[in-house]
This record gives sequence, C-alpha cells and structure tokens, in this order.
Amino acid sequence: MQNAETLCENSIDSGLDYCSECKYNNLVIFGTKIVEEIVMKIVIVGCGNVGTALAEQLCREEHNITVVDEKEELVRNIANTYDIMGIVGNGAVYSIQQEAGVGEADLLIAVTGKDELNLLCCLIARKAGGCHTIARVRNPVYYREIAYIKEELGLSLVINPEYAVAAEMARLLKFPSALKIDTFSKGRIELVKYRIGEDSVLCDMQLKDVTGRFKCDVLICVVERGDEIYIPGGNFALQANDTITIVASSAKIAAFFKKLKVPTTRAKDVLIVGGGETTYYLARQLVDMGIRVKIIDKSKERCEELSELVPQALIIWGDGTERELLMEEGLALTEAFVSMTNFDEENIMLSLFARSLSKAKIITRLHRIAYDEIIDNMDLGSIVYPKYITAETIIKFVRAMHNSMESNIETLYRLNDNRVEALEFLIREDCPLIGIPLQELKLKKNLLVCSINHKGNISTPGGQSIMQVGDTVVVVTTITGFHDIKDILEKD
Amino acid sequence: MNYSIIRYILARVLEFAGLFMMLPFLVGIIFGERQCWAYLFVASVSLLAGFLGKQFKPKSKVFFAKEGFVTVSLSWLVLSLVGAVPFVLTGEIPSYVDAVFETVSGLTTTGGTILGDVEHLARCTQFWRLFTHWIGGMGVLVLILAILPLSGSYNMHLMRAESPGPSVGKLVPKVKNTARILYQIYIAITLLEIVALLIAGLPLYDAATMTFSTVGTGGFGLLNSSAAEYSVAVQAIFMVFMLLCGVSFNIYYLFLIKKPKEVLQSEELRAYLGIIAVSALMVAFNIREGFASFGEALFHGAFQVVSIITTTGFSTCDFNLWPAFSKMVLFLLMIVGACAGSTGGGLKVSRLVVLAKSVKNEISAVIHPRSIKKMHLDGRVLSEKVIHSIRVYFAIYMGIYLISVLLISLDNFSFETNASAVMAMFNNIGPGFDMVGPMGNFAAFSDFSKCVLMFDMLAGRLELLPLLVVFSIKTWKK
Repeated sequence: MQNAETLCENSIDSGLDYCSECKYNNLVIFGTKIVEEIVMKIVIVGCGNVGTALAEQLCREEHNITVVDEKEELVRNIANTYDIMGIVGNGAVYSIQQEAGVGEADLLIAVTGKDELNLLCCLIARKAGGCHTIARVRNPVYYREIAYIKEELGLSLVINPEYAVAAEMARLLKFPSALKIDTFSKGRIELVKYRIGEDSVLCDMQLKDVTGRFKCDVLICVVERGDEIYIPGGNFALQANDTITIVASSAKIAAFFKKLKVPTTRAKDVLIVGGGETTYYLARQLVDMGIRVKIIDKSKERCEELSELVPQALIIWGDGTERELLMEEGLALTEAFVSMTNFDEENIMLSLFARSLSKAKIITRLHRIAYDEIIDNMDLGSIVYPKYITAETIIKFVRAMHNSMESNIETLYRLNDNRVEALEFLIREDCPLIGIPLQELKLKKNLLVCSINHKGNISTPGGQSIMQVGDTVVVVTTITGFHDIKDILEKD
Repeated sequence: MNYSIIRYILARVLEFAGLFMMLPFLVGIIFGERQCWAYLFVASVSLLAGFLGKQFKPKSKVFFAKEGFVTVSLSWLVLSLVGAVPFVLTGEIPSYVDAVFETVSGLTTTGGTILGDVEHLARCTQFWRLFTHWIGGMGVLVLILAILPLSGSYNMHLMRAESPGPSVGKLVPKVKNTARILYQIYIAITLLEIVALLIAGLPLYDAATMTFSTVGTGGFGLLNSSAAEYSVAVQAIFMVFMLLCGVSFNIYYLFLIKKPKEVLQSEELRAYLGIIAVSALMVAFNIREGFASFGEALFHGAFQVVSIITTTGFSTCDFNLWPAFSKMVLFLLMIVGACAGSTGGGLKVSRLVVLAKSVKNEISAVIHPRSIKKMHLDGRVLSEKVIHSIRVYFAIYMGIYLISVLLISLDNFSFETNASAVMAMFNNIGPGFDMVGPMGNFAAFSDFSKCVLMFDMLAGRLELLPLLVVFSIKTWKK
C-alpha cells in the first residue's frame, strides 16, 4: 500500500508540467482584462465537511470556486457564506459539469460521500475538460488498488481521509511529546507544537536566553496563552501551560527536547478505543513500527474482521466507554491512548478520563469543532480533525499547482485554529529581498522569519542573515493572505 | 448588528458620492455656470466626511443578510440626502423635501419630477439630475464591490440586497468579478448609445445626458416635452436602448461567452418580448385614428409600451389623451416591469411568469387533487422557497401599493391621479395619468405625500425587503 504522503509528493514531483497548461483565467471584454491576477478555477463536487473546509480555504486564497452538490440547502448555505458560486445537481453529470465550467477549470475536486461517484466525476471531468482531478476514495477495497485506478483514470491525486488521519496519528505516536508536527522542505524542517508543563525548566525563562542555555539552534515562533496568541520577541517570558511552537530541523528539535528532559522515544504500547477504518490503518502502521496495539470495539463482527486484518494486534470485544473494561485493559499503565469512537462527545469524555488516570500520550479524534473555545481549554492531548487533514492535503496539492503559475509559496500551514500561518517561500531570481540583511528590511509586525534553508543547510536567521536565490524561507505570522515573500515587508 | 462595518461602507459610499458630484462641477466649469460651485462644495464635504469615516477600520467582520439589507438601504438614503443638497444651494429647487424627491426619483431611475419647467435649469444641474439615473441604474454598491477590495463574506449579501430580481445569481464565482462584468456591459451599452445619438445629430452634451437617462431606464429629460421634440431617428434610438436595458444583463454575458442556446431558453426574455409585441399592437390599433398612418400609430404605441414596461417613462406624445383601453394597457404594463437583473424596475417579468404558472398549477391541483407538479423555469425546477418568496413579494407589493394610495389620497386629487401616481413611483416609471401625466408633474402633492412617494420609489428600486428591514423595530433591537 502506498503512503498517502508519498502519493501526494509523487504526484507533485512526477513531472506534471503545470506551466504548459497554465491558464490565465482572464476574461477579456471590450479589450479590458477583468481578472488581472492569475487565479485558479476550481470545481468542488460535494459540500460535506471536507468540501466546505476546502471551499473556505481556497476561497480565502482568492481562487474562483464553484461548488456542486445535489442538496440545494447545502449549496445555498455555502454560497451565502463564502464568495463562491453554487450549482445544484449531480456532479458526475456532463451537463452539470459544463454548467460549473469544468471546460475552463484547472482542477476538479470530488469529495462526495461515495467513492464511485467521486471516481466517475473525475473520469468525466478528465475526458470532458482535461483538467486536473482529485478524488477522495475511502473504501479499502479500492484503495488497495489505488495506484492502478489513479493511473487509468488519470487522477492527479487520490486522498483517503482515514489513511491520512492514521498517518498523522502514527507520526504523533512516534514523537509523543509533541501536540502537532508539521514539516517543511520535504520533512527537513519541523514545526512542533508543545505544551510547557508545570515543572518545566522553560518556565519563566526569557526567549533570548533559551538558545544560550540549551546551546541549541531552535526558534520559538508562536506562543499561545489562554485565548491570546503571541509572535514573541526576545524579551518574552514563558510560563507554565503556554503552548509553544518550535521551528528547527528535526535533529535539532530532538536534541532540544532531550536537553529539556522530555521523553523523545516513541510509545511502546497503544490502547485504541473504536475500531473503524482509521483504526485499521493506524494499527497496521503501528504494528509495522513494532508498537504493541490493543483495540477495543463494540461490534463482534468488526472485532473478528480486525483480527483477520491485523493479526498482530490484540483485539478486545467490549464497550470501550465502560470504566471497568478500560481499567482491566490497563488504561493506567498504557503509554499512549487514542479515542476514536464515532461520537465526538464520547471521545472527549474518554480522553479526559484517561488524562485523569495516567500520563499517557493522548490523541483525540474530533469530527466537528463547533465549540473550539471550550475544547481548547480541556486537556485532550493531540486533537486530530479528519476534515482538516483531508483538506490540508488537497490544499497542499493546489498550492503546488498554483505555485508554478504565480505565487512562490511552497508550503502553508495554519496553526492555532487558523489564527497563525506558517509559510515556506521559495526565493526566485526577481525577488527584491535578495542579499539584504534581515535587520535592514522593514518587516511587518507580528511576523517572524524562522528559518532559511540554503542548499540544504538549515539555519535560524539573525539580523545579519541574508536570503539568496534558491533558498526556501519559513515565515510565521498572524497576518493572513500572503502570496509572495515580498508581502512580509511593511507597505509604505 | 455590526455598526462599525456599516459605518465603514457608508463612508465609502460618501466618497463615491463626492467623486460623482465632481462631474457636474466639471460640466459647469466647461459651460461657465456659477451654479457649479455648489457641486464642488458638496463634493468636497462629502469626500472629506467619507475620508474621515473610513479611517477607523471596522472592528469585527461579522456580516449577515441583515447587515446587508441595512447597509444598502442606508447607502441609498445617504446618497439621496447628499445628492439633494446642491439643488437647494443653487436655489433651483428651494425646498429641501422637493430636492430630495427629485434626487430619489433620479437615483431610483423613476424620473418623476416636481419641476414644471426643466428647460431653464443650469446645465450642470441638468447633468446631475440625469446622471443620478446612471448611478442608480446598476447600483452604487455594485460599483463599490467592483472597484474596492472588499473581501469577505459580506459582498454577496450586499449584491443580493441591491440587485433586482427574485434570485440573484452570479455570473462568475467571485462577486467582485461579477460586479465588474456587469459594469463593463453597462458602460459599453452607454458608449454605444452616445455614439448612436451623436450620429443621429444630437450635440455631445444632449447625447450623453439623454443616454444616462435611457440606459438607467430613468426618464428625466432635458425638455419639458420629454422625448416628443426629437427627430424620429433619435426617438428610435431611445426605444432600442430602452428595450436593451430592460433585458437581464446576464443575457448579454451569455452572448459574450458564446452560449446563445441558453439565451433562447430564457423564458423571461421570451415573455418580455412577447408582452411588448402584443401590447404595442393592441395600443396601435386602439390609437390609430389619432395618427396619419397605422405605421405612425404603431411607432408611437411601441415607443410608449417599451418606455413603460422598461420603467423608463419617456413619452413621444401625451398618452394621457389616449383612449381608456390604451391607458389601461399601459397601466398594467407598469406592474409588469422589466426583466430581473436589468436596470429597470417594476414587479419583474420573471416574477409574473412564476405567478402565472402558480395560478395554472393551482387550478390543475383542484381538478386533479392528488397530482404533484413541480414548477419549471428555463428548463429547471424552481425550488419551493423561491416560489414562496415570490408569492410573499407580490403580497407585500400589493399591500404597500394600496396603503400608499390611501395615504396620498388625503391630498384630495382624482382617483386616477392617485392610483397612477403611486403605480408610477413604486415601479420607478415616472409619469402616470391625469394630473401626473407625461405633461404634468408631482409638485402639487403635499410634503407628506411626497415622503410616501419617496418611500415607494426606494422600496420599488431595492425590491421592498431592504427598506422594510430598516424600518422594522426588530432590526434595531439587540
């Protein structure tokens, strides 16, 4: 089975030549251009959780979005909320696709609930419009043969949300101290979110002392304290319970955590409540890594199925929300706990209960986040939102596509409930910032240049650092909507 | 209610009002009229107020349909109040209520005037009167959306509140681009008509100002006799462009992107052209005795029918003197109005089509009680919600109409005057019958009646709901 990550990377790196197809979506009437910017025209089929998250994000990035769904209510809601066009109908129908403008579109994303429909949408769009296509395929039966399907249907990207979620969880279990890990520069730079404990040496330390004290070239770029978000300066003093985000190369981050005396080894055993598709993918990955896996599920059939699929795992048939069962199965002693039942409320309760009993690494899966202010105040460990993970993977692909057209953003992450953006820019030859020391640039406030990758040599920049052609630069900021590295400068 | 963002948008509206008013100032400079300084003064004050008001960025970006309705209504009120000031300052319309009436009538593209003699106005004042038609035709907020980078969810709410029609759709995914396309088509039609009128022999000033009045489907004229004194060629040009501007602008967009098939599918367009053809023939037969030939009767009948159905209100002859049947046809055409998405007012042809189908379905439901029949428009199923809102719209429409007639009958004019005056104001047409006929004006009404009529004009232009929302107490409660 192919890894979702490499799948995405592959399709980006596989030599798709966007430039040759680069469409300047300019409509010229009476000799005047109506749309000056190079924006992409994207059709999204399916207005569920993921479709909505995608529409919101891509709309914010100024693309021209058309959504298609059979449910009129959904389409109306989404078209009223965001600046997009909505069309009611079956997205796999040729005439509906024509109406949605697939003929001129750059990309069609099919994220309806049905795999077959998604694949059909992509197939028709590919034949009719010749645009790039992305399909969500979640049924393991298809996903097992996805390389073949992808090749034959000419899909640019296939995403399996359950698999992507499992991959994210596995990454977290590999490095349990982090709440969230994002990577830049193909994994060479990491962005790690970490919560400072009560007894940590970091408490009451000023940021300018951190590097000297630990002799470690890492940068703390975002601090979240209560409801406030800070892009901290050197005099900023850390407190217990702050959630900090650290940028550096993976090796340096590991060294930093070692000096903090935070455990950096992966969990040895994991207790998973709920035995859905994600659990299956997660268990497979964990077993391969040599981690002991225990899965609790209510349905006997599912337990038997899981036992067939993952023979190395210990499958328990029982109600995972029962206190006695959890105690009996060693909740107090486990090193990691994942709550993945089908109900958000149950997952929250389970995680809180586990937190009260043990010091295990906790991962909570939540589908909806209507009350994130409250959830943020609860100690649920790492929270994984499947819809965001799916959307993020697709958006990464869109950015790479867009990249070859106009913007020079390589990667973009939204942190802390979308209030902070971490962007990786590629420095091109025409960039006006080349060769000027950072201290002489007039940068915007609430913005931090976190790392410069010069030919694979990753450094945390100081005042004297300069950017050169071909470098990639990571910037963290609370200002959204950057397109170009030039945007970091204060406008006169 | 998010007051800060409403204030911010109103400040931008003031800025635009200031910019617009620079045009009559320039016209006044060119013709060497002293009245132009009034325009410069008001323009500067308006620009300054707008500049100060926009300095404070809105605190929160919360923006819902409610805010959209309120912003649009207030913008139009502000524009009307500001636009009326120069009339008073130049002394040409001494009463402020009258000046506001004239401005509202201009902005809402009504074209009903309180002035008995418009030929002695300064040229800059004439220009401003007719230019307000052009501003109001497509809408000032649509222009703001097209030009300013107002990103965020609220632009759709603004667009929906200002654009006429039962369901406002976008041409392209982004509101900004939709607004730009609309204005480009609008400007193109404007330029075309100016060129056509120049060729027909009108001087540039007359060609430009009369074009503003035509493409905005307004109805103010430079002459007391409206369009009667122009040559047949010029009248024909007026007729063609009135007809064009009564068509939904979406149709032109479909032409431009080469989808003529969908143009032919438009039931509204077919109904619009059909109604015009049938009405013109009926009127021509009815009035043929007053003219030298049937051709001439047909020309004048068609001109009047087009002028009324597009809610422009030009006239080539005094239709108040026509037989009762012709007058009744014109009265009914006032209700019909132009197509949704055009610059015209009225009930809109598409609403009428849906209402007619509603009646048909209702009758069939009595005959076949268990039948289920979905309503189609342009080959598509109409959702219950749209049909429902159209029925409610019609109910509110009739309610406001009747109450307004009741209120202005306090002035004790004839029934024909009252009924047609409100009809002509509410549907943004201009002239009615009897006292307010094409040769008459609205000066005789009391200030109270003028206020009622101003409300009708604004309500008609903004399609009832925005104005009702503003005047509803619930909106302002926390």
